[in-house]
Amino acid sequence: MRVHFKTTYDHDIRLFADARDALRYGLLVALAVALPFLLDDFLLGEATNVLIWAIAGMGLMLLTGHAGQPSLGHAAFLAAGCYAHAILMGRFGLPFAASFVLAGVIAGFVGVLVAIPALRLHGIYLAIATLALSILTEDFIVLAEPWTGGVAGMTAPDISILGMEIDRLGSPDSFYWLCLAVAVLVTLGYRNILRAPFGRALLAVRDSEISAQAMGVSPARTKTAAFGLSCMTTGWAGALMGHFFYTFNHEVFTVVISIQLLLMIVIGGLGSIHGAYYGAAVVAIVPQAINVARDWIAQVSGAGGVAIPGLEVGVFGLILIFFILFEPLGIHGRMTKWRVYFELFPFYRRDMFRRQKSYLRTERMR
Amino acid sequence: MTLLEVENATVRFGGLTALEDVSFRVGQGEIFAVVGPNGAGKSTLFNVISRFCQPASGDVRFEGESVLGHSPSGIAGLGIARTFQNIELFDRTTVLQNLLIGRHTRRRASILPQIVFAPAVRREEIAHRGAVERIIDFLDLHPYRDNAVAGLPYGVRKVVEIGRALSMEPRLILLDEPASGLSVEEAGDMRFWIEDIRAQLGVTVLMVEHNMSLVSAVSDRVMVLADGRIIALGAPREVQSDARVVEAYLGTGTAMR
Repeated sequence: MRVHFKTTYDHDIRLFADARDALRYGLLVALAVALPFLLDDFLLGEATNVLIWAIAGMGLMLLTGHAGQPSLGHAAFLAAGCYAHAILMGRFGLPFAASFVLAGVIAGFVGVLVAIPALRLHGIYLAIATLALSILTEDFIVLAEPWTGGVAGMTAPDISILGMEIDRLGSPDSFYWLCLAVAVLVTLGYRNILRAPFGRALLAVRDSEISAQAMGVSPARTKTAAFGLSCMTTGWAGALMGHFFYTFNHEVFTVVISIQLLLMIVIGGLGSIHGAYYGAAVVAIVPQAINVARDWIAQVSGAGGVAIPGLEVGVFGLILIFFILFEPLGIHGRMTKWRVYFELFPFYRRDMFRRQKSYLRTERMR
Repeated sequence: MTLLEVENATVRFGGLTALEDVSFRVGQGEIFAVVGPNGAGKSTLFNVISRFCQPASGDVRFEGESVLGHSPSGIAGLGIARTFQNIELFDRTTVLQNLLIGRHTRRRASILPQIVFAPAVRREEIAHRGAVERIIDFLDLHPYRDNAVAGLPYGVRKVVEIGRALSMEPRLILLDEPASGLSVEEAGDMRFWIEDIRAQLGVTVLMVEHNMSLVSAVSDRVMVLADGRIIALGAPREVQSDARVVEAYLGTGTAMR
């Protein structure tokens, strides 16, 4: 195990603990940048999908993992970002960058509007309220037909940045790099928040609202800001998702997407940025794995293509149950345990990560 | 000089009167203890001062300004810090993070510079860290700095909570039973810390405490509450020999409990 000899306070503030840490993340980013040269178009599309889910996941992670406010309605903000972007760009002819940023801001604003009445709700009640929001979204998209195209849906306008045409199908490389850039920027912003006073205020509100107040942290303001930032990030993911799907209608942003998002961050590991990425990878890989498995079963049994409705949701549910039972800290928690195991070998003890109560403390503190 | 002034504070929970017409003043630099049997209204009094509880009538003034116009989260900004009877720390973070949250009222940067972590934010963070390190020094918390709060022994968490309140650099600190649940040795340490909080940091202390040897050792004045009313107020020795106090605690004669 490496022990850092800290000589300045900056040691605890800077992004990377040491040069090795910085190198590791640097290599990861380099690999990510080089990915279009290593993968074929199909796999690159999957990688893009992972990045978009990870951005959405980071949005929800901020709200649920760090501020402790569960939301089952984030598909609504994906939709808000997606439609706002498509309308601003397609109808008002805004350039991509402006439209993209504004779409996030609009989704964030919607989030703040939702947060204000939701401030009095805690835990499961907040989850139910946001679930209702998610259900309403579909109907709203259909009803707002003049703007959203209703059931027929919309198509994402073409992206052009500084004269460069980016098209998800025509130039998957550029679109991947665009998503990667957004993901990296969001990750950096997220990391910065976590090491700044606002990040600590989030933790304070999550762990004990009453003593957060005694410390001068206003739970109402903190939660509203958390909702705003969270929904803004998710809105950006939604805007990218629109380009990724190319055509979209009310059926894209269903409640299932909301649940999948929440599931994703729980599987990835609540309260860590890594968790959003791990969870996104799982969400992207599982459907493909099911497809492969299905083809294989069909081949072995000779029964032709079997279609089992709801299989994907069922598999996700099973994975979630296994994680909650055996690894409540998620993939990130498991990775940390493995790392500590190897770093301390042979001195690792089984109860080093004794399970802690993971229910939301704010529920007790009303 | 009067720092805190409670005037005719009355609190009712439905038909129960938790505090009735309570008035007292705490002077600058004083160690003021509130004692009384269970249910006397001590914690209610603290909750009134920190605005978790709205009095039916009366006023609470801090440095001459009424605190009743502030929200619970605005009280810290005035310079009043508090601890809780059943430790209320931020369990899933480290001791250092807990103490840094205590610096919340001193933050300057708005959210946008925080997202890009502007140089000003970094400078501010380093200054906060310096202030927190002084508290860590003061309370001997060095060994626990990077430990998660949830795994710490009870006695240490109690000290961390006081540390978190002190990181605010308050002018008044409300300690709700600082020695409850502590061993004799830890309670002895607590005594010195309470004295040092005033002597070295110049913070006025208002505390609720059951441990009478601690109360009489550190406090300048003691107020005894019973059934929401003040039954005695004075130097520890006077109060302890007061007939009504003995009555309230031992339940002899005509006292209600």
